[in-house]
Amino acid sequence: MLLEVEGLCVNYGHIEAIRDISFGVEEGQVVSLIGANGAGKTTTLKTISGLRTVRAGRVVFEGKDITTLPPYERVALRLSQSPEGRGVFVGMTVRENLDMGAYVRNDRKSAAYREDLERVFSLFPRLQERERQVAGTLSGGEQQMVAMGRALMARPRLLLLDEPSMGLAPKLIQQIFAIIREINEQGTTVLVVEQNAAQALKLADTAHILETGEIVRSGSGAELAGDDSVKAAYLGGDV
Amino acid sequence: MDFSFLANNIVELTVTGLALGAIYALVALGYTMVYGVLQLINFAHSEVFMYGTFAVAWVFVFVHGRTPSTQTLGETIGLLLLSLVAAMVVSALIAMLLERVAYRPLLKRKAPRLMALISAIGASFALAELMGLRDRVAGWVGLRDDLDAYVAKARDTYSNPVTIQPQTLFEVGGYGVKDVDVMVILASLFMMLALDQFVRRTRFGRGMRAVAQDPESAALMGVNSTRIIRGTFILGGLMAGAAATLYMVKIGSTRQDAGFILGVKAFTAAVLGGIGNLRGALVGGLLLGVSENYGAALFGTEWKDVVAFVLLILILLVRPSGLLGESLGKARA
Ligand SMILES: Nc1ncnc2c1ncn2[C@@H]1O[C@H](COP(=O)(O)OP(=O)(O)OP(=O)(O)O)[C@@H](O)[C@H]1O
Ligand SMILES: [Mg+2]
Repeated sequence: MLLEVEGLCVNYGHIEAIRDISFGVEEGQVVSLIGANGAGKTTTLKTISGLRTVRAGRVVFEGKDITTLPPYERVALRLSQSPEGRGVFVGMTVRENLDMGAYVRNDRKSAAYREDLERVFSLFPRLQERERQVAGTLSGGEQQMVAMGRALMARPRLLLLDEPSMGLAPKLIQQIFAIIREINEQGTTVLVVEQNAAQALKLADTAHILETGEIVRSGSGAELAGDDSVKAAYLGGDV
Repeated sequence: MDFSFLANNIVELTVTGLALGAIYALVALGYTMVYGVLQLINFAHSEVFMYGTFAVAWVFVFVHGRTPSTQTLGETIGLLLLSLVAAMVVSALIAMLLERVAYRPLLKRKAPRLMALISAIGASFALAELMGLRDRVAGWVGLRDDLDAYVAKARDTYSNPVTIQPQTLFEVGGYGVKDVDVMVILASLFMMLALDQFVRRTRFGRGMRAVAQDPESAALMGVNSTRIIRGTFILGGLMAGAAATLYMVKIGSTRQDAGFILGVKAFTAAVLGGIGNLRGALVGGLLLGVSENYGAALFGTEWKDVVAFVLLILILLVRPSGLLGESLGKARA
């Protein structure tokens, strides 16, 4: 297991955002978390990346207990996240944003760095065209590409994506999911949180369904996509 | 209003105004950088500056002894360099202490910004009073206060034993521009340029801009914001130390409350230029220094501060976010 989450409980004050969440992510897999608004998906990801502290439970990455590590140390272990709402640095150029992704590596002059930049540009050719543009003036879709490209610049072993399709046109959603698959095929393990259950299940090796802070169903992507109750609740019939 | 006085002395008023403004600008950087990363006014930054002025005075006394003398700028250059280093170190240490004691514990507990402001005001008073009582503090640790000539009473003005006599460097329109003013302006510009480049080019600077724009995303990039915040206080302290040295060259004396009015002016300069914006601090500082001088010439010296603050209000009425407006985070290369 690359990542193991055991009995995770997180509170906001007295509100229990997630309760007893346990699941694992195998090396090389794509794992999806799906669920309605407020189900606790973002909270789960933020707890894995260290932005939220746990009330109970453990986060284990590559066999190492990282539950209490601050977020900036988790990035150095090659666990990186593209946050919900993208969180790009709006005052920096596309290139400066990508450089920020490589902040922990501190090897901006090296060949390895150049290679990773090329890789991001080949995944997102649009970013190369916009290299010198200020990120705040990019379209929503382009900002999503910046957020993902930036997360890739940390050379993650595990990439966390929080709603990469949020607010994008259907055509662009297709494209983003194709890119996620490509990233995975190039060897990066992916944990993706999505409202777009149809696409997320199609992509996933394993998927978990969250409802009000708890995992209520787990299974392979195909299995869940074919399940009648899942169809009715999350897929609106149009798979 | 005395327009002819202003017109007859315009060169002198401009040059000395720029020199004072450059000092405001250096201090303003401390306010503006901390605001950039924390959205918080470091009220105690004036004390960071004031401790720097005392460091300069002490170096002068230590090196030169206590017999007053008058020297030219050229004769004191080595002494000034030494005081510059001392003032920068002392100011940076005070800034670091402030961050550690007055801010970090509150921020860690996610206290509201208002609490941090109150804590800073408290720290400011405590530091100023401590300096006011320095002879007694020295007594407690068993040191004889050896500086009676300059510290007759704890709260008295503390003058440099070395008075620097300005020399004319060159003439413009019949006014001899003084070497001291030129040095103050050039040295400030140099410090600001160095800081600007540091923030733009180094890894620390990139971390600083990231924290200013989006602390949560910055953490996800692996930026340790505690370290960035501490570094930002230190940078502000270094600039304040440089300002303190230049202030002691130009003004030549300090007091335990010397930080207050200068701090208010520097803060004004920061807001004038657009708080959070490094270049705004420069523009705001110079503008404030010069307009203060013009105002004093037109209405009389006693109106100097009134002019400065009326200017601030007028500019904020027209441009609420200051002249250059944008924040440190959004500042573009
Ligand atoms: N900062 C916060 N303070 C208080 N409550 C919060 C906070 N963040 C999230 N919550 C609450 O925790 C619960 C889970 O929120 P979370 O953001 O994890 O949901 P989500 O599944 O990501 O939803 P969405 O699909 O809308 O993004 C919600 O009930 C939410 O109101
Ligand atoms: Mg969410």
